[in-house]
Amino acid sequence: MSKTVYTIAIADSNQSFHLRAGETLLAGMEKSNCRAIRVGCRGGGCGLCKVKVLHGQYQTKPMSRQHIKAHEHAAGLALACRVLPESDLVLQPDYFQNT
Amino acid sequence: MKKGVMRPGHVQIRVMDLGEALKHYVDLLGLIEMDRDEHGRVYLKGWTEVDKYSVILIEADAPGMDFMAFKCVDEATVDNLAQAIRDFGLEVTELPAGDLKDCGRRVQFVAPTGHVFELFATKEQTGKWGVSNVNPEAWPRGLKGMKATRFDHCLLYGDDLLGNLKLFTEVLGFDLAEQVIDPEGQPVGLFLTASMKAHDVAFIKHAEKNKFHHASFYLDSWEAILRASDLISMTDTPLDIGPTRHGLTSGQTVYFFDPSGNRNEVFTGGNYHYPDFPPISWKAEDLGKAIFYHDRLLNERFLTVLT
Repeated sequence: MSKTVYTIAIADSNQSFHLRAGETLLAGMEKSNCRAIRVGCRGGGCGLCKVKVLHGQYQTKPMSRQHIKAHEHAAGLALACRVLPESDLVLQPDYFQNT
Repeated sequence: MKKGVMRPGHVQIRVMDLGEALKHYVDLLGLIEMDRDEHGRVYLKGWTEVDKYSVILIEADAPGMDFMAFKCVDEATVDNLAQAIRDFGLEVTELPAGDLKDCGRRVQFVAPTGHVFELFATKEQTGKWGVSNVNPEAWPRGLKGMKATRFDHCLLYGDDLLGNLKLFTEVLGFDLAEQVIDPEGQPVGLFLTASMKAHDVAFIKHAEKNKFHHASFYLDSWEAILRASDLISMTDTPLDIGPTRHGLTSGQTVYFFDPSGNRNEVFTGGNYHYPDFPPISWKAEDLGKAIFYHDRLLNERFLTVLT
């Protein structure tokens, strides 16, 4: 049985990519041709992959409190390497650079 | 060793999940778990180290380094250096024996770059792991993963490099083995040694204080570095750079991240230093070759990812 595939769209741009349930947002992006999110430590510690989720459901693995404060977490900010999408997502582009 | 500081003694690293961290530091790196304490800290070491432990892992909500300690020849040295550090203008905190399990008293201070350092002279010596001190075998059987031999050094990022240079060389008796200098002749990288090694601690100039670039562990050969790189891929561990050679120190290296985002290095070989050697200098405009001797391209992640 194949896993569910989610579509991740970057707001206000043409960019999007797909990933499978169980893959983190950043890992999914790295496998695709999209380079919208910066890749750092991939462990929730350095803050380079900080994004804002505008739409969609997701879980997060532990993230450094230095980079995601409690109120930011509640506002939809997260480190992409620790985000596990549970639906299609739309991400805000302000928090990362296009390369 | 000029003023009685022998070698890196231990480093305390913050991790966000202790279970995941132990799989990394024990199963992948090959450090050995030596003890735990009632605060939840885990004590580890490389097999060739004679003291009981050199790496302390503590669970916290953000990764990074809490402190790095150097071992001194005796308690009198610790006292003398503590006074010299006070005379230099820094506050020195005394921590009692037993504050860290099976470690004697430590004196703690904050360097000009904001990093916390310690000096101590006494720690339980359990001997090299897995080999006797009498007619020892070549290596112990039962080592895991990369089979790291010892905790070797830390590279730390901070602002006041000149302040650190003065503290480490004039007060603590370290030598400047290698450096990176900008076009105005100012240091932007310092590689300091208390021994024959190319570095026991190193600093790179960075706007923020108290940032952790990596903790480094020693392997014995270039083949061991390749094998370590294979293990990094086998375990889906995030790779940073390498395997490759550094211009600075000439060491062969590979960098990767622990599950909390702390950067680790395993490396081998490279230059050695005696007190009469002048410092080796790399120009900041040639930083690409200084860090990546083959590629010569500056890698943004290597320069910016810190915990």
